[in-house]
Amino acid sequence: MTDTAAPAQNTGPRISGAFHRLLAFSGLIALVVVFSLASPNFMQTQNVLAILQATSVNGVLAIAATLVIITGGIDLSVGTLMTFCAVIAGVLLTYLGLPLPVGVVGAILAGVCCGLVSGVVVAKLKVPPFIATLGMMLILKGLSLVISSTKPIYFNDTPGFTQISSGSIVGSIFPALPIPNGVLILFGVALLAAFVLTKTALGRYTFALGSNEEAVRLSGVNVDRWKIAVYAAAGGICGVAGLLIASRLNSAQPALGQGYELDAIAAVVIGGTSLAGGRGTILGTLIGALIISVLANGLRILSVPQEWQTVVTGAIIILAVYADILRRRSL
Amino acid sequence: MTTNLVEMVDIDKSFPGVRALAKAHFELKPGEVHALMGENGAGKSTLMKILSGVYARDAGDIRLDGQNVEIASPRQAQDLGIGIIHQELALMRDLTVAQNIFIGREPRRFGILDEGQLNRDAAAIFASMNLALEPTVRVETLTIAKQQMVEIAKALSYRSRVLIMDEPTAALNDAEIAELFAIINRLKAEGVGVVYISHKMDEIKRISDRVTIMRDGEYVGTVPAADTPIETIISMMVGRTLSGDTLVVPDTSAAPIALEVRNLNRGREIRDVSFAVRKGEILGFAGLMGAGRTEVARAVFGADRRDGGEILVHGQPIAITSPKDAVDAGIGYLSEDRKHFGLATGLDVRNNIALASLDRFTGLGGILDEAGMEQKAVGYIRQLAIKTPSDVQEARLLSGGNQQKVVIAKWLLRDCDILIFDEPTRGIDVGAKSEIYKLLNALAGQGKAIIVISSELPEVLRLSHRIAVMCEGRLTGFLPGGASQQDIMRLATLRPSAVAEQSIERRST
Repeated sequence: MTDTAAPAQNTGPRISGAFHRLLAFSGLIALVVVFSLASPNFMQTQNVLAILQATSVNGVLAIAATLVIITGGIDLSVGTLMTFCAVIAGVLLTYLGLPLPVGVVGAILAGVCCGLVSGVVVAKLKVPPFIATLGMMLILKGLSLVISSTKPIYFNDTPGFTQISSGSIVGSIFPALPIPNGVLILFGVALLAAFVLTKTALGRYTFALGSNEEAVRLSGVNVDRWKIAVYAAAGGICGVAGLLIASRLNSAQPALGQGYELDAIAAVVIGGTSLAGGRGTILGTLIGALIISVLANGLRILSVPQEWQTVVTGAIIILAVYADILRRRSL
Repeated sequence: MTTNLVEMVDIDKSFPGVRALAKAHFELKPGEVHALMGENGAGKSTLMKILSGVYARDAGDIRLDGQNVEIASPRQAQDLGIGIIHQELALMRDLTVAQNIFIGREPRRFGILDEGQLNRDAAAIFASMNLALEPTVRVETLTIAKQQMVEIAKALSYRSRVLIMDEPTAALNDAEIAELFAIINRLKAEGVGVVYISHKMDEIKRISDRVTIMRDGEYVGTVPAADTPIETIISMMVGRTLSGDTLVVPDTSAAPIALEVRNLNRGREIRDVSFAVRKGEILGFAGLMGAGRTEVARAVFGADRRDGGEILVHGQPIAITSPKDAVDAGIGYLSEDRKHFGLATGLDVRNNIALASLDRFTGLGGILDEAGMEQKAVGYIRQLAIKTPSDVQEARLLSGGNQQKVVIAKWLLRDCDILIFDEPTRGIDVGAKSEIYKLLNALAGQGKAIIVISSELPEVLRLSHRIAVMCEGRLTGFLPGGASQQDIMRLATLRPSAVAEQSIERRST
């Protein structure tokens, strides 16, 4: 490599990075266009809001997964952690009858604590993230069932609880636009996560860890601490997802959760975040999550059986990653 | 006179920015052990990689038994009977010895792998080598020496008539070396030609018939091994005159000691190393590959654990157990492998410069002060003349020299006053090299204590105010700045006596 050669390649990858997001975005637009043409019901406000509402839980989980994946790790426990946090909220609000804010904070704190444990296992005990979070996934699944005695916990005694996801603050001000709170929370979490990733030291270390962990360590950075912080942050976000899903179902369903982590990871991957770490955006993940729910919704409207929706989602994941590989090869 | 088994004539090979070989020559007779010597980067390995089909030559002829041949792939080299045993062994640790030897050519019966035949074939090869080795043991459980034997057996299984060995004894103790040499002598008797790449003078004398010396990618000469004095070979290896600036050694004897290391130890790699470096001094570390210089640097920096030893910074003992401790004490380490250990290649220049000092740019709520980082980054880009379109350019897109400057800027921003440079110019253009040299001199002039580890003798000589020479984990001596290359080479090949060697525990089996 020569000194003069470097500037020539200047803007290449930036364009390509944007290109991938553009690809995902145009994929989303294309899906919307196709479904709108195929069915007049698709673009109804009601349906659009339903799609957004359906995206909220998976979107929030995918954001949590994005943080961990950018560090070069993986978090398989996001789904069951979500359920665990919902169960904790149920314990606090229904079993103990505590006020709503306590339940909300408690659920998120439970998520942070579990994330902290995963982070310590990964960073300090050096257990590979896949294994550590696989273990955590099962532990939390079991704990949720144990704590709830395998029965759903209903939030009938806490009237405001369903409002968390299904109420609409926007709708109460602009009745024409009844955007559910769950959607607002999704976008709020997304904005916050994007802010942390791009503007704070935590975010910078998140990328740096995935980019070259050893270089970060040799720069004198306390790598373990930051890594634990990322897992904890992801855990907290899972807590939010737990509140969303519990609010929507007006119950904590302890048997739910497993399988959600794969949808979340699918959204992350479709959104262009590299499983190898070091690269990724929250915007991409949001688009990825939207693609999955638009697909599910649109195919349902077209009366395509559920089984086939799963097949199509799988194909889309492979296509998205293949597009990413093509992009890399062209660098 | 027998015809040559191999003849390589006027071989040229260039890599981007580097001319690795220029009109290189080599010849090998059947039943001969021919040593290939030269400093690091002289082109030995490149030449042999061309012979074994790993690289394609740019120009020149390769003749086998007097016939011109094309060797386009390692596979083709194997078919022609050329086997190479790389410095880093390429074995699959979880497979058995026999499975390793016949990988990709397993004997089959009715389409099913014939494990019995496989093991019998391997046993036959071992028998021909007079080697007691069980074909069914897993490679993982073998000593490095035994693994080397497996590599040799693998090469022989292709009916190799030419066997290339690249630094085969780097990881072996004396007993294991004797074992290896016995095998080489048996192969020799059967007419196999052996190319033996090594730095170790005593081994060359013991095992080889002739020595070809290379320097800067060129052929220097071929001499008989037995009756050529070591001094002659060394002077052929280093024979160039130093170009460029003459070294000015400032008097730093009155300057305070910045870093002192006492009795540093770790296993076989670092054995009782003690040294001190003063403010404003450049201490060079010379030695051959595997001498333990990088290991010392990483142990001092806390990147690897150490068994024992004391580290004093500005006279104060410091407990360094992680790179963070070292950085907090003002020590910066610039790794020889920038891509793996120095740069976060996905991040931009600005963030790489700020990487070690990010907490200084962190405000309320952990928000980063991008403007402050930009200001500092732009300042260093100007000060160190880093060639980059902007401070938001991804670091991996810079050239090697500029990447190195980015890492230097990182440590300067962190206010490190002890800087350890491990191969500061590896993979860097000649032009950029002298710029890095100037920078190091300027840093020393500002009172930084600098350690330079380099495998290139001219580089050590051009930079160092004092030179520490290592061989096999030991510090074999200090030389004043401007010492002769011969002096360094003598200390760098000063192997400890066989008695001392045997007291070291053998590698576990």
